[in-house]
Amino acid sequence: MSITVEIPSPLRLHSAGHPTVTIDTTRHPCTSVRDLLAIMADEYPRIVDSVMTEQQELRPHVNVFVDNENTRYTQGLDTPTPNDSTVTILAAISGG
Amino acid sequence: MKSATSSTSSAGEVVLLVGTLKGAFLVWSDASRREWRIDGPHFPGESVYALAMDQRSGRQRTLAATRSFHWGSVLRSSDDFGKTWTEPDSHNVKFPEGLDASLVQIWQILPGRESEPDVIYAGVEPAALFESRDTGKSWNLVRGLYDNPDRPRWQPGGGGLCLHTIVIDPSDPKRMGIAVSSAGFYRTDDGGENWRARNVGVRAQFLPDKYPEFGQCVHKVVNHPARPERLFLQNHWGLYRSDDWGDSWTDIANGVPSDFGFAMQMHPHDPETVYIVPIESDQFRCVPEAKLRVYRTSNAGASWEPLTNGLPQKDAYETILRDALTADSFDSAGVYFGTRSGKLFGSSDNGDNWMEIAGGLPSIVCVKSAVVAPQTN
Repeated sequence: MSITVEIPSPLRLHSAGHPTVTIDTTRHPCTSVRDLLAIMADEYPRIVDSVMTEQQELRPHVNVFVDNENTRYTQGLDTPTPNDSTVTILAAISGG
Repeated sequence: MKSATSSTSSAGEVVLLVGTLKGAFLVWSDASRREWRIDGPHFPGESVYALAMDQRSGRQRTLAATRSFHWGSVLRSSDDFGKTWTEPDSHNVKFPEGLDASLVQIWQILPGRESEPDVIYAGVEPAALFESRDTGKSWNLVRGLYDNPDRPRWQPGGGGLCLHTIVIDPSDPKRMGIAVSSAGFYRTDDGGENWRARNVGVRAQFLPDKYPEFGQCVHKVVNHPARPERLFLQNHWGLYRSDDWGDSWTDIANGVPSDFGFAMQMHPHDPETVYIVPIESDQFRCVPEAKLRVYRTSNAGASWEPLTNGLPQKDAYETILRDALTADSFDSAGVYFGTRSGKLFGSSDNGDNWMEIAGGLPSIVCVKSAVVAPQTN
């Protein structure tokens, strides 16, 4: 059982170029996006820092989707991450 | 510009570190400073509000504070003038977990005293000071300032609640000052444990109490290593000088077209000489009369003279921000500034004559300079 995390291209420098990262949930029990990011922090700290502030809040111009649901409209970082789900990290449509 | 000496340079190349809203540029010339070569953009798409060159202990290290609009801010460095940059494994300047603050942006990087060659300071938004004692590998929040009882009443200025200025006493490792918009100028005499507002005589135009203990919107403070106790301050309305490390301030807006402005720069070799670029007002933040004029005092603010040779004196609706004015250390000092419209101007004769070095850059927010050994390419 696993969760697939899709990494946006600007952050792939920090995932050794891989467009996805797979989290084995039998080894790393994971019930929410927050859990998932905590697990990822060991191996991919820069990615996690890019998604969350140091106060464990989602950055204002980053969106995280669980399957096709934007977690901003569900339970935020506490949104459940079922086994075999796909978590997608994307930059919001914003900038200057 | 070196942080703790007033040494002069007669040979070498000058590199301008130009930070913009869309990346950084390294702009090179030889000692003549007539022809310039632009290298960049570095970090395309990221804003770079703070740059510095650390030349202590034989280093030639460029420090760059980069901010992605989406992914946050990191401090990177290069020992080969931007051919390669460090890529930190994690965000290297950040508040401890559990505080009420998350890093928005690094506004200022200052290599510390020559006597402490591994110390670097960073001023950030939300307003706080960080210190590294290992040349930037790790950073710690200066809790003495963060825990200052005034802090909950500091108010953000137009650019956010930022600590944008750090000044040090090269001969006293315990003494330094910082400036925050809008909190004013603060000084520590005990190495950062305790900080006190030092704003007596500095006006807060936008508050009912025009002379509060703190709350002023200080835009820039500079001092000269040969006379560190003398400070010059560009305020949100007001030009001031202190001869006692900020204990008291005196108005020195003698003959300038406006005492509103952001940028301020010491002459590298003369503690009496300071440069500013006045802005018309807080409501219309362009140079007065659409004439691009740098003003120079050579007598510590007793009088100011406009420097205009080579600068546009008609239809120049330009804005120069707080860190976009700098000087190099050549015997005949180079003075440089960048505009929000992306023009970079320079003088190789202390500001007497100017040339446009570059136009069409992204909006410029930071210009620093260093004289380095000649490069092979």
